[in-house]
Amino acid sequence: MTNEPLLRMHNIRKVFSGVVALDNVSLTLERGEVHSLVGENGAGKSTLIKIMTGAYMRDGGDMFLEGKPANFRTPEDAQRAGVVAVYQEVNLLMFRTVAENIFLNREPCRFGFIDWARMNRETGELLKRLGLNINPKATLGSLNIAMRQMVAIARGVSLGAKVLVLDEPTSSLTEKEVGILYEVIRRLKAEGTAIVYISHRFDELYAVCDRVTVLRDGKFVATRSLKGLERIDLICLMLGKQREELEKKGATAFDEHQPVNNNAPPLLAVENLTRGRRLQNVSLDVRRGEILGMAGLLGSGRTEVARAIFGADRTETGRVVLNGQEINARNPNEAIRAGIAFLSEDRKAEGIIPDWSVRENLTLAALPALTRAGVVSRKKQNEIVERFMRRLGIKATSAEQKIRELSGGNQQKVLLARWLCCNPKFLLLDEPTRGIDIGAKGEIQALVNELAKEGLGVLMISSELEELVEGSDRVVVMRDGQLSAELRGAQISQDSIINAMAEVNQRLDS
Amino acid sequence: MSQAEATTRDTTEARPRTMAAKIGSVMQSQGALVMLVVVCLMATLRYEAFLTSENLLNVLRQNSMVGLIALGMTFVILTGGIDLSVGSLLALAGVVAAYLVPYGVFVAVLGAVAATTLLGLVNGVIIAKAKIPPFIVTLGMMIAARGLVLAITDEKSVRIERTFADFIYWGRGLIGDFLPVPVLILLLAFAVGWVVLNYTRFGRHVYALGDNDEAARLLGLNISRTTIGVYAISGALAGLAGVILAARLGAGNSVEGAGVELGAIAAVVVGGTLLTGGQGNVLSTLVGVLLLGVIFNLFNLEGQISPWWQPVLRGVILLVVVVIQNRLTKLK
Repeated sequence: MTNEPLLRMHNIRKVFSGVVALDNVSLTLERGEVHSLVGENGAGKSTLIKIMTGAYMRDGGDMFLEGKPANFRTPEDAQRAGVVAVYQEVNLLMFRTVAENIFLNREPCRFGFIDWARMNRETGELLKRLGLNINPKATLGSLNIAMRQMVAIARGVSLGAKVLVLDEPTSSLTEKEVGILYEVIRRLKAEGTAIVYISHRFDELYAVCDRVTVLRDGKFVATRSLKGLERIDLICLMLGKQREELEKKGATAFDEHQPVNNNAPPLLAVENLTRGRRLQNVSLDVRRGEILGMAGLLGSGRTEVARAIFGADRTETGRVVLNGQEINARNPNEAIRAGIAFLSEDRKAEGIIPDWSVRENLTLAALPALTRAGVVSRKKQNEIVERFMRRLGIKATSAEQKIRELSGGNQQKVLLARWLCCNPKFLLLDEPTRGIDIGAKGEIQALVNELAKEGLGVLMISSELEELVEGSDRVVVMRDGQLSAELRGAQISQDSIINAMAEVNQRLDS
Repeated sequence: MSQAEATTRDTTEARPRTMAAKIGSVMQSQGALVMLVVVCLMATLRYEAFLTSENLLNVLRQNSMVGLIALGMTFVILTGGIDLSVGSLLALAGVVAAYLVPYGVFVAVLGAVAATTLLGLVNGVIIAKAKIPPFIVTLGMMIAARGLVLAITDEKSVRIERTFADFIYWGRGLIGDFLPVPVLILLLAFAVGWVVLNYTRFGRHVYALGDNDEAARLLGLNISRTTIGVYAISGALAGLAGVILAARLGAGNSVEGAGVELGAIAAVVVGGTLLTGGQGNVLSTLVGVLLLGVIFNLFNLEGQISPWWQPVLRGVILLVVVVIQNRLTKLK
């Protein structure tokens, strides 16, 4: 036996048209290790992964797989050698069966004809080995997102993966599904597979990872064992800050709120929203200048509340009153005209138009106001774009850069700006910082805070407890389509929110 | 494992549409078959002449050429593409065959099919390598190949002498005194097509490509090869159809086949293959061909009404099917 690690990347360097994306980055993976890769956007995580999996060629440095030099020219090269990536957006075939997806391009054949029986059998065995109960003959599209992701992982395993890269594997999974993923990871680990686990959620890192490598601005910062590494120290490594500095400020960028006058009339009042089992008699109100946090597990009805207020879903009963006027929007258009803005959870599907420029994306909702006699005033458009790019600190080469080239955080800022230039009175934010690196996260949080101070009402849905605790004036907790708790002032803590969410399971058990 | 089970159950609850989608997908894949059965039943009751082996074989024979083209078109459409050049290729094949007949029947048939396969290959290469939309590429080929045929024949038809009975047999021959050769070719071609699509890697990759080409690429498929393959197949089958037509007419006619591509596309779509690719199969195409063919047949049997109502009905059926398909796809 050799002491050589399974995979070793040494002094990796990558330059994109003159800009150094990775500079002397090193990473080692041991057999049976779950290794986390963390860093803000722009830290070089995805570049490193792409070099590892053959999607990019490195400009400098060495890579060794099982002690032998590894020079992958294409992802297929890397796959053949046993380095496989499973991406956030599952790239599989929806109309094809699970077995076909797993064996695509390697279908077992007899006399040149596909041996379906063997393919289904081997798929069944593979899935069983991973502890997954999925029918090999089911079409992929009939499975939920979590199971599709498991199929993608299973495909990687069946390719003989020695190194499996999971990029944001839990971003669309429920808690229960995350459990299934952990089980799969545990089994792969036991088989000696090394797993690179990329996630923005610290809970997960601590739950499944053995070691963590921190990158910052394309440079290697540290590789540490997660055991005994305090979260705050990890955050410090990522941000390149001293611990003392961070403790003063807290981990998020919300500052202390002035207490909101509880006797003031509500800016937004929602009464008895009901839609089937998904929403049951949800009532809440938000005052001017207040940030109302909304917690709840996935599927608890959080997003449904926002969609109902925004008129995206019809409700059976319920009233929505904004500024003393009943609006009850029947469609988003009415809600927008009444002054409600909705930053939805799914940026990619519902928000950005990838091939449009920052300017076009930003002014999309404001176009009616910028248009006279059917002609869009380019001058006014530019004014607005410039103003918001400066104010929100949107980082783009110019207003004409395509939005898909921007980082997630900057995309989110553009979307926020899109709503802000319509002068809304009320902001519905659904997971405003999901999938965004810590730096941009802080900026968006600070911005939300500032907007509230200026007199907007905000309903902020988040699954990050820290964000809710530090950012909200009050927190309501959703559970099974109902409001289960309202927390104020000193009552707001991660513990109390978790308790309110956790009651669900107790009820289900009894 | 029980965890996985629980999740699957949760999902079915969370997606009540699944049942409707299931019924929908059955309707989509089998709707044409149901319609074909209904039309045949009605026809049997109304026309004595309908349910005779003579009439039915006649329907098959009349539709063998569009059927072959529709088979090739199925491959193309399954990848999410389209092939508009098949009508021109059919004419080209007929003319090439007519010129080559004096050198022997196999030279004629192989030469004609090779010529159209080659042009199909050119379609595929341009689509795959230059990444130009199939609609444009095959439109170009449609115009160019038609021009080529007209140029080499000088707009005249090329006669095939009666003495070349071996060749004429491809269009007019009967096997066992009842089964027309074109029908046999059609059925054989569909059988081969079915095996290729379901039991070869190439066939599955055709589906994969139409399902999600980007995913297929990332999963390591050779997309160019598959793309080139389907257009070559489409070209080859158009050539075969052209050979049969020339043998039947006793001439290679430079103006044949105009509009046949649209009839073939209609048959594929009516059969239930999605124009967006990834879903459908050759059997449903056969059903689509037969449905449209039987309707044509009924107009002949009826005799009295203006034959121009027949394309009207075809068009309406096509539109209805596409609208239903569209709704069903959304259901999913």
